[in-house]
Amino acid sequence: MRFLFKTDYEDDIRLFPHSGYLVSYGILLAVLLIAPYMLSSYLMSQLVFVCIYATVGVALLILTGFTGQASLGHAAFLAIGAYTAAYLQKYNVPFPVYFLAAGGLTGIIGAMVGFPALRLTGIYLVIATISFALIVEEILARWESVTNGNEGMRVKTLSLLGVTVPRDSPTFYYLCLAVLVLTIVGTLNLLRSPTGRAFVAIRDSETAARSMGVNVALYKVKSFAISAAITGFAGVLFAHKLSFISPEMFTLQLSIEFIIVILIGGTFSLHGAVLGAIFIVMIDPFLTYLKDDMPGMIAGIAATFGAGPAAAGSIKSNVAAFASLNGLKGAIYGIIIVLFVLFEPLGLYGRWLKIKLFFQLFPLYKRATFKRQKIYVKSERNR
Amino acid sequence: MLDFVQQLVSGVALGCVYGLIALGFVLVYKATEVVNFAQGDLMMLGGFFAFTFIGMMGLNYWIGFAGAVAAMALFGMLAERVVVRPILGYPQFSIIMATIGLGYFLRSIAGMIWGTDDLKIETPFSQGVLRIGSLVLAYDKLSVIAATMILCTLLWLFFNKTTLGTAMRASSENMLAAYYMGIPVKRVVSVVWAISAAVATCAGVLLAPITFIHSNVGLVLGLKAFPAAVLGGFGSIPGAVVGGVLIGVIESMAGFYLPEGWKDVAPYIVLLAVLLLKPEGLFGHHVRKKV
Repeated sequence: MRFLFKTDYEDDIRLFPHSGYLVSYGILLAVLLIAPYMLSSYLMSQLVFVCIYATVGVALLILTGFTGQASLGHAAFLAIGAYTAAYLQKYNVPFPVYFLAAGGLTGIIGAMVGFPALRLTGIYLVIATISFALIVEEILARWESVTNGNEGMRVKTLSLLGVTVPRDSPTFYYLCLAVLVLTIVGTLNLLRSPTGRAFVAIRDSETAARSMGVNVALYKVKSFAISAAITGFAGVLFAHKLSFISPEMFTLQLSIEFIIVILIGGTFSLHGAVLGAIFIVMIDPFLTYLKDDMPGMIAGIAATFGAGPAAAGSIKSNVAAFASLNGLKGAIYGIIIVLFVLFEPLGLYGRWLKIKLFFQLFPLYKRATFKRQKIYVKSERNR
Repeated sequence: MLDFVQQLVSGVALGCVYGLIALGFVLVYKATEVVNFAQGDLMMLGGFFAFTFIGMMGLNYWIGFAGAVAAMALFGMLAERVVVRPILGYPQFSIIMATIGLGYFLRSIAGMIWGTDDLKIETPFSQGVLRIGSLVLAYDKLSVIAATMILCTLLWLFFNKTTLGTAMRASSENMLAAYYMGIPVKRVVSVVWAISAAVATCAGVLLAPITFIHSNVGLVLGLKAFPAAVLGGFGSIPGAVVGGVLIGVIESMAGFYLPEGWKDVAPYIVLLAVLLLKPEGLFGHHVRKKV
């Protein structure tokens, strides 16, 4: 086991605490760089979605995980980014310009949402962001001169410095990966700067932060703006990946999906955003795979345990009928969310930390190390 | 003028439905400071239970109604036991997520069992209208208004006059202190969930003749009931109903007088405006934060 001795603050906020980080993240990056030549085109496309979702997840982590301001309206920010890109593209604006413009505009709108949110906490904030998202959705559907209404907008193929980049090309994947990596590195730097410390202080106790001289209002608005801007950047990539956008893609459902990303990944570390994105994007193909192969597998198991061919056949058709039931996916989603909240509140990254610690401390690992403490909520009305 | 009154009455009736769902939110919030995002889905499930008893088994309307309420009260207790109790006392956001998950689950299960078609329940109020001069009021809408008033009064009396209601308010103020005072906090929470599921069922059954029952009705109406609860201050029983009526009237007025599209967003615009000016809602009381 490695012990890090920290002698000053610089040691504490280093990006790579020790050489092990450089090696492991270097290997990960190398694997990601050669991925387009290894994986099938379908998996590549899913990997692009993982990058986009993880970018949004990082944005949401800044706001929800590190500043403590819950938001169920991030689909709206994604939509604003996507529509800005699609609109500017009609006037032949080059990619770098509309990419930055989308992020900038979304950031400004995020700051504007942040102002009213200053006075709101807890459930009121959640509902205000839901309202914002619903209003944006309606505007997108009604402002037909700009957004083309419910018919949606076609997004032309991305062209970067005169080279066209189709949405399923490796170059597009590298672009998404670059945006994700830049976002993560930028966020890590942000979090070890005074601004990031102020965010965390606000999350832990607003009153304490204020009495230490943190301008709570300013930092909350900043957090909203940064989070929205990053989501706007992701929105541009999202629009290009789908090549067609319409208002019904950016519903409350999508906002909830983003929250699930960070909830399942773990809300206390940026790793959570990436792990959660992988989970949420990959669960769809995984369920489809189960749906296709499960009946055969179960019938096979039944046959090995002595079921006759007729019985095995009926088992197979029953399981197939169950697996193709309408809405089974929703039920599985629901169960997954509840199970994570109940049994794995630290998320996938928390589980990884537990496994790592288990081997580091073997055989002295104690389960109580990660036990949550009950806080016995007192009334928010008197807090 | 007649149009205006007609719109007003139908807005009030619609608003009472929102108010009924909002009552469920407020009950759970008042007693446990938990926000139940699955409240609308409990209403949907209650409507389906009533449909099973009345439409499929052919029971008398009132017996079916009572049966559905009783069944849903039990279901509410079960949901509390399984989903909420293990995380009681943890941050609010995890509980919100858990109830969102519960909502997903209930919606798709209901879709599997009862199908995705719109279902209708025959009620004694389905037919017939009340005429006052040239004003035409349908009985089904009047029944919603009446039931909301009765339920609101009963619940207000329950919370403010009975021992159990006082225990509920105490456990919401400070759960640990309430426990030390001898209040069985767990049982209190479980009773609150039963009551709120029962109220949701009433909403579902009364709503059935007006909007029909389908598996997504809870999501749609639940999202409208939120602004209602927030407008009312999220902790006040009469506030929930007043907020619901406000939202309903705004919605039906916007649908009648404003161009298309305003109907769906008007409640949210009003909500945001109210939150800006009075963050604790119309009926919430402002309190200073102690350090």
